[in-house]
Amino acid sequence: MDSVELIGMISIIMAGATVGLGAPITAIGEGWAVSRGMAALAQQPDAAPVITRALFIGVAMIESSAIYCFVVSMILIFANPFWNHFANLAGTQ
Amino acid sequence: MDITPDSIVYWHSGPIKINATLVFTWLVMLILVLGSWLVTRRLSTEASLSRGQHLLEIVVDGIQGQIRDVTQQDPARYLPFIGTLFLFIAVSNVLMVVPGFKPPTGSLSTTSALALCVFVSIPVYGIAAQGLRGYLGTYIKPSVFMLPMNVLGELTRTISLAIRLFGNIMSGSMIAAILVAIAPLFFPVIMNALGLLIGLIQAYIFSILALVFIASATRAHEQGGHAEAEHAQEETIDG
Repeated sequence: MDSVELIGMISIIMAGATVGLGAPITAIGEGWAVSRGMAALAQQPDAAPVITRALFIGVAMIESSAIYCFVVSMILIFANPFWNHFANLAGTQ
Repeated sequence: MDITPDSIVYWHSGPIKINATLVFTWLVMLILVLGSWLVTRRLSTEASLSRGQHLLEIVVDGIQGQIRDVTQQDPARYLPFIGTLFLFIAVSNVLMVVPGFKPPTGSLSTTSALALCVFVSIPVYGIAAQGLRGYLGTYIKPSVFMLPMNVLGELTRTISLAIRLFGNIMSGSMIAAILVAIAPLFFPVIMNALGLLIGLIQAYIFSILALVFIASATRAHEQGGHAEAEHAQEETIDG
């Protein structure tokens, strides 16, 4: 197999695997955080603004790890540095 | 399909390039400045206010309330910086639904610039609040061994601020573009509505996180003061 084909194949497999592994694990953590937040809201409706703000900040913090995975997979698909390197090599020859 | 609006170049001469990010940043700045200029040109304190004045008062009052809730301090010190961050990010995210508009926050250069502003403003506010010695003291707060961790945390939270905003907005416009290619009839509308929600939430998150970081740099001193005051109060009660 040609090295360019190998790079393309591995990049696409890893782009899927990155989101496929990163998103569900983050989603589980986020689900726990939200369920605890909802339980706290049900117990203390008076403290709703404080709980909601803390929940938003926490969920955004957790969410950023899934976003990192998404950014990495988008880079692998649309702006792959290894692929571009070999494309440049092929262009100069 | 472009991953960032940086790659759309409208005009260039030598090293100077005018790309889509710059143009749309200028557009958002123009909208914000012109809009607030038009409204604040004729402010009134009478019973009937213009619609624009109502809007601006609600926005400014809301931001002030949030700052007061989070920091428990006078919001006037933080309002210019945090309010500017929130308004710029919110307007450029909301304009994402306008066809042809590429949100400047969907480019890593814009979000890095915003995160660097936060990175610089944390020591500025911290030193202004508790002096150079007091601010540098927060780096060795629990013990001297935490110094590398604190410095590393300062860097990583700046990077994560930039990448969080970029990733969210970029994924929104990317998913909309992919959906237009697969199912152009109805689904892009739903994803755009979701994008509006996510854009506003991300603007809120970015400014609240910046505020929390700044407040944590300024607060150590005042909290110490509080603790001492409470301690003194307890002692007087005991005595």
